[in-house]
Amino acid sequence: MASKQPTRRRFLFGMMTATTAMTVPSVLARSTSDEVPWTAGRAELPPAYPDQRFFTQAERRCVDAITARLIPSDESGPGAREAGVVDFIDSQMAGFYGRGERWYMQGPFQKGFDGQGYQAEHPPAALYRRTIEALDAHCRDAYDNRPFADLSESEQDDILKRMEDGELELDGVSAQTFFDLVLDNAIEGFFCDPIYGGNRDMVGWKLVGFPGARYDYRDFLDHNGARIELEPVSLKGRPGWNPA
Amino acid sequence: MTKTPFAIAATLVLTIAPASSSGHAQENSFAQVERGRYAVATGNCQGCHTIPGEAPFSGGRGLETPFGTIYTPNITFEAETGLGEWSKDDFWQAMHNGVGRDGSHLYPAFPYPHFTKMPRAEVDAIYDYLATIPRVRREKPENDLPFPLNQRMALLGWKWMFFEPGEYQENPDKSPEWNRGAYLVEGPGHCAGCHTPKNLAGADKKDQNLQGGVLENWSAPSIRAGRNGALADWSEDDIVEFLRAGRNRHTAAFSTMAEVIELSTQHMTDRDLRAIAIYLKDREGDGERKEADAPDEVVVTAGEAIYFDNCSACHTSDGSGIPRFFAPLAGSGKVNNEDATTVIRVILEGARSVPTKTHPSPLSMPAFDWKLTDEQIAAVVSYIRSSWGNQAGAVTADQVADLREALKD
Amino acid sequence: MARKLPPVDVVLVGFGWTAAILAQELTDEGLEVLAIERGAWRDTPTDFPPTLAPDELRWYWRKEMFANNSRNTLTFRNNRGQVALPMRRWGSFLPGEGVGGAGVHWNGQTWRFLPSDFVAASHNTERYGPLPDGMTVQDYGVTYDELEPHFDRFDKLCGIGGKAGNIRGKIQAGGNPFEGSRSSEYPNPPMHMTFSQHQFERATRELGLSPFPGPSANMSQPYTNPLGCQLGPCSYCGFCEKYGCGNYSKASPQTTILPVLMTKPNFKLKTHNEVLRVKLDKSGRRATGVIHVDTQGNEYEQPAELVILCAYQLWNTHLMMLSGIGEIYNPATGEGLVGKNYCYQVMSSADVFYEDKYTNEFAGAGALGMCVDDFNGDNFDHTGLDFIGGGYIANWTTNARPIETHPTPEGTANWGSAWKKAVKENFLKSTSVGAHGASMAYANNYLDLDPTYTDAYGRPLMRMTYDFTPNDLKMSAFLTERVKEIAERMGGREIKLNTRDGPYDSMPYQTTHNTGGTIMGSNPSNSVVNRYLQSWDVPNLFVMGAGVFPQNAGYNPTGTVAALTYWAADAIRNQYLRSPGPMVQA
Repeated sequence: MASKQPTRRRFLFGMMTATTAMTVPSVLARSTSDEVPWTAGRAELPPAYPDQRFFTQAERRCVDAITARLIPSDESGPGAREAGVVDFIDSQMAGFYGRGERWYMQGPFQKGFDGQGYQAEHPPAALYRRTIEALDAHCRDAYDNRPFADLSESEQDDILKRMEDGELELDGVSAQTFFDLVLDNAIEGFFCDPIYGGNRDMVGWKLVGFPGARYDYRDFLDHNGARIELEPVSLKGRPGWNPA
Repeated sequence: MTKTPFAIAATLVLTIAPASSSGHAQENSFAQVERGRYAVATGNCQGCHTIPGEAPFSGGRGLETPFGTIYTPNITFEAETGLGEWSKDDFWQAMHNGVGRDGSHLYPAFPYPHFTKMPRAEVDAIYDYLATIPRVRREKPENDLPFPLNQRMALLGWKWMFFEPGEYQENPDKSPEWNRGAYLVEGPGHCAGCHTPKNLAGADKKDQNLQGGVLENWSAPSIRAGRNGALADWSEDDIVEFLRAGRNRHTAAFSTMAEVIELSTQHMTDRDLRAIAIYLKDREGDGERKEADAPDEVVVTAGEAIYFDNCSACHTSDGSGIPRFFAPLAGSGKVNNEDATTVIRVILEGARSVPTKTHPSPLSMPAFDWKLTDEQIAAVVSYIRSSWGNQAGAVTADQVADLREALKD
Repeated sequence: MARKLPPVDVVLVGFGWTAAILAQELTDEGLEVLAIERGAWRDTPTDFPPTLAPDELRWYWRKEMFANNSRNTLTFRNNRGQVALPMRRWGSFLPGEGVGGAGVHWNGQTWRFLPSDFVAASHNTERYGPLPDGMTVQDYGVTYDELEPHFDRFDKLCGIGGKAGNIRGKIQAGGNPFEGSRSSEYPNPPMHMTFSQHQFERATRELGLSPFPGPSANMSQPYTNPLGCQLGPCSYCGFCEKYGCGNYSKASPQTTILPVLMTKPNFKLKTHNEVLRVKLDKSGRRATGVIHVDTQGNEYEQPAELVILCAYQLWNTHLMMLSGIGEIYNPATGEGLVGKNYCYQVMSSADVFYEDKYTNEFAGAGALGMCVDDFNGDNFDHTGLDFIGGGYIANWTTNARPIETHPTPEGTANWGSAWKKAVKENFLKSTSVGAHGASMAYANNYLDLDPTYTDAYGRPLMRMTYDFTPNDLKMSAFLTERVKEIAERMGGREIKLNTRDGPYDSMPYQTTHNTGGTIMGSNPSNSVVNRYLQSWDVPNLFVMGAGVFPQNAGYNPTGTVAALTYWAADAIRNQYLRSPGPMVQA
């Protein structure tokens, strides 16, 4: 029997704008009875908007430089740059995550102890904006007018280490809170599904051998310590899906 | 229920009791009404005469035909918009001769070419049962048909060419069970409505009875189960189980057939389902089927990759599925059907196995329309149709694109 | 002004496991039941089918299935000397939201607490002498034997796969010899073990321990439950905990109950409605219904004869406080009971890294594992150990989702080239042995209302004051040593110990096994609800969930939560409805 809800709610890829994503409950308050509802063609698609942007050019350069040090491109394989991590973070900051829409952001704000987690008064996008401004100001002061992106790799590593250890004081923001956030986001961007703009060409998954968005390994359970060799696949497929 | 101390619980019982408290129902015996209820189930009257989720038998459902949309009337006994003013003779005229109370000819979307096979007593019982249904006021929307099809006189010619009134005649060479099955299939069950191809005038191609048809963007498979029939590998038990439980070792019912099972066949006696099976097992296929073209190697390779990555989690990597849970694709009648509409459509928009009294879980396949391109769907369908012993041949990306377009509301 | 709605017999607050079980039981009794859920309707084919489920960023990192922190959270501090601050995003635990609750995104590790766990206070006192100062452990007021038939029902509802270790008192080879006596074997066989479990099994046997397959609500084979609901076979996709199951192979309210329940004419579900408080009559001794609000801010009064709190432990406790039912616990005076005995669990582990063997942990399942129970509860002699309780130790192969799971050897940096190289080299070649440690109640660990922060409706947030206790840290150190002994024997190149040290940190994910706050017990002076989960103060109010645990055991709680729910449902059906009122006289 067809469902009571004949209207199709299809959110097509790329059509879901950042402003609608996650803010509209899938179905507003309603009663359900008599059946398990089902509607042909309906799927609650991922909140992916890989082309949306938040950063200024200068901010992008800074985030690119930071993430390229966190996950470098080196002899062990591709890094954040090949994976498009900065694109991923830029798009995430333009969406509900960047705006902290699912975080509790009511005041009063005060510095907590480590075990209390994120206590910045800025949602992630604003924290990026403020910290990058403060970080670049700090770098210009300390390194003859060069912003972070123009420092040498070892200078950058030194700053990042001090941020990680809570030893870098920045004006008005916690450098350590920002570091924790950007490291999380860099790893997300390196290993997320490519539909979100990161892990481009599945380079992160290929690096470590993760087969991606698969749903059936029953044929391989008796591997007994031998490697399961499977090409990675994204939610939107892999090259092998297209007849050559 | 008497155990509850809460008065409120008692009102619940009342609300689900039949609402009709006067009129026709009182004049009829319980047995007569029950006979009617059963006959209504065999004819699946509720399916077409109800908008899903709304009052049963109140009509208004649009039936899409190649000629336009025809809306079903309200067959509750509400006086102005339903059958309240109809006599038993009026009702018989409609069921047996396809003539309305005002003398107009009825569109054969109302399957009177099949209902005509029902005896008068059975039709009267239906009338008596419908009289007990809670009465609901609902105007029938205007049919959406082009000229001249919107002129009912045009139907006279159609009936003259394609309609032969008359009750079912026993075949003395066959068993009583066979005859009961034939009556149910060709009469009230009106299986041919979907499972028989139509001619240009929308009438059944009699020589291809039950050989499968396409309607409302579904392909209804051939259901001949005798020698060379599409369902030749279904046993009587398989057919009975399918009609009762909505699943069997070969497949699961969804879409239109789901509704038939939900509202009709699961409520029928095993004896009647067995009779249907006996009759279908005696319908031979014509064995005529063009050798299908095998798909290109590159298509098979891509199709296999898509299948393994997307489909194996339910249908398993060797296409054997989990019988009665997730449909087997190897040897599947739906997959091997010459017309691939159903398979393509199920991939595009998903499908739900009908929940039944036997299997309440509405196990469902998700939509892939957002995930796979036309070319990719064509590749995976071609792969499925040419693997594990299936030999139904390739489909093209254009076929997928056309159906995708046709399904847009 | 709340609009008054037509009354129902029973209103269930929240619609996860406990509500689904109760709704099924109480509608069978002919009652008209309404469930009110603040989250969305969710079901397999549209919300988390295989086309959408394997998406780590969306489901875990962007927390699409979890309670929305922007509307409600709690504040946290380690001790009363600190200022509690809001958990601005979830970390150490992940409460669910939406139809099915956490029953949608659990792993399916389905245990029965030990017989001695239900009598923790009397059992340990008798064997080891008085409990230490400040420890507020107490007996449940219900025994394992009383709950056994209800454990059995849940096992069969869910199609749990495993190997029994004790059937009607007879120890069974290959099962857990320490478990309480079962009336029957598991309804399904164990899961299909992989390389890592084989190593764990060998190592634990060498140590003289008793390995057995972890009980699993992931289906080891196709299963049809007693209601006729069908569950498909698990495909070991590695997206189980924190994810909905795409192919109907994990027991959840959706897969085991809803297909039958939703079609019943005497059941209704209302989604996207948050219950603000339980409404009491003037005497304060009777609940007249609940006040709830829809997403447009419209308030409703839903009258009911029976009100049952079926939300997550944290929210049930919160709702009791906000409704003014019972007195909120005050550690300074020891007065009050609501919020008392908040407990958690103490998790530690060891990563094992192999040189030339591939563990391929991406091929895993929520409850694919081998376990030993030799160091759980009072399965071992605690004499001289200076702690009570314990935990099971297991090798679960649940996943290798790379954002979350990319273990690196001891001493590896957290970023940069060395980190990347270590992740690359070890991703496919590591596994983990974990200890699932219990948590004993102490007077200083509790929940109350925060004086500063409020939720989206202006209600005070709940405040959590919690730290690991001396008992639990000693227990965890002991368990972690056992973990180390096992891990070192699993044939790896090296191991890395992940100990659990104080103070408790609310951010790194540990476990969503929060308990206490609405504890059960033998009389109104030591508990919020009686042995039938019935409020002492308001007899037509019942409270389900792990909030009723007086302290937490060394197991995943769902099996015990469900058994208590069936037990309460049975009491409502067979006692309460015949004679509404207190089922235990105070």
